[in-house]
Amino acid sequence: MTAIFENFDLVLQGFLMTLRLLAVGAIGAAVIGIVIAFLRISPVPAMRNIATVYTELVRNTPLTLVFFLIIVVLPVLDFGVDSTIGAYIALSVYTSPFIAEALRSGINGVPLGQAEAARSLGFNFGQTVSLIIMPQAMRMVVPPLINVIIALAKNTSVASGFLVVEMVAISKTLANRHGDQVIGILFGIALLYLVITIPLGLIASYVERKVAVLR
Amino acid sequence: MVENPEFAEGTTMAELAAAGSITVGTKFDQPLFGLAGPDGTPEGFDVEIAKIIAAELGIAPENINWKETVSQNREPFIQDGQVDIVVATYTINDERKEVIDFAGPYYVAGQSFLVPTGNPKGITSDPSTLGDATVCTVTGSTSEDNIREYTDNIITVDKYSDCIEPIRSGQADALTTDNVILAGLADQNDGEFEVVDGTFTEEPYGIGLAKGDDEFRTFINDTLEAAEADGRWETAWTSTVGDNLALPEPPAVDRY
Repeated sequence: MTAIFENFDLVLQGFLMTLRLLAVGAIGAAVIGIVIAFLRISPVPAMRNIATVYTELVRNTPLTLVFFLIIVVLPVLDFGVDSTIGAYIALSVYTSPFIAEALRSGINGVPLGQAEAARSLGFNFGQTVSLIIMPQAMRMVVPPLINVIIALAKNTSVASGFLVVEMVAISKTLANRHGDQVIGILFGIALLYLVITIPLGLIASYVERKVAVLR
Repeated sequence: MVENPEFAEGTTMAELAAAGSITVGTKFDQPLFGLAGPDGTPEGFDVEIAKIIAAELGIAPENINWKETVSQNREPFIQDGQVDIVVATYTINDERKEVIDFAGPYYVAGQSFLVPTGNPKGITSDPSTLGDATVCTVTGSTSEDNIREYTDNIITVDKYSDCIEPIRSGQADALTTDNVILAGLADQNDGEFEVVDGTFTEEPYGIGLAKGDDEFRTFINDTLEAAEADGRWETAWTSTVGDNLALPEPPAVDRY
């Protein structure tokens, strides 16, 4: 483990990269996921179909393959992006259907009467969703959303195989330099993942208690 | 292959010879040294060296179990006995010697230059003669630190293969990193590039084995010396790396 402390600047650099991947991936996935969730419940059948196809396609593609397509295949087609940006895109895209499905489960949990009441008051689709349904749905989806984010935190490690220098990539460098402490290094890196994921779990249970809908 | 070799009872050699098989850790992603195809059987110089050692134990190449080793698992694999030896472009250094032992070296790698075939700029492995040549390397790598001591005409990229295009288009004159990686790139690009002869840093590649197994280490060292003397080492080199790296002088084995 001393190798971790001796090379703290390197480890910190990897830790921050992991956090960046998590933050950008989560925001990107939330933006795409919200759009997909809206399309999924929209009154227009074509939109619903597009969202369904997107969800099934992306959700069932392994993350490594998504990375491969964006970082290895796109440059071949002359749409090259920097590997870090590629990782942001891959994580956002891959995580978005899970966010969309979590949101949809929350939306489905809002009693139908709420939407009918809103319509009878003359609300259009956008108003019904944003003013009546989403505020209630959001409160119910905290636990599944946090699960998705925790999974995303761990999924960032896939980026290490695609030239992004995050924590797992740093562990490789350190293992190469300090062959006598490999187990300690891997253990230390694993602990750093817990430093990210455990607080996420705690935040989730706190928020859940604060906003839970009592029915 | 040696038929029914004799070893003193209780030694690792006797055990392996009796079992008729050996587990060897090697790289699966290092062209020319250890590169595995889809069926998992690697090919390369490291692989040939392992075959020479196995043959001396009376083990045929098809009875070698290949195990992929990467930087995170080499020492642990040796320590808990998952592999008998590791031959994997494995640099001998003191920190690794704390937990495992090394036989060899069987090759001394080092930083060198990849240049277009014919070497138009006349670059040599001595970086002080680079002059105004621009070199390309990977951002933040040890290779970059090393070359910065000699020149400031450096462009840095994400990965070594990204240096290929700048050299083609004339933005860079050479790519610098370990000659082993350069040889792999030269091999992938079919005669378009060559690796200059010689190196300006030294990374002795050894064969990793369990710490304290002195008899086994001595046996491997003896085998390497014999192979260097009778031409098996040279054959292993010319049949794998020979097209891309000049035949080096075999290094003297370090019996520390």
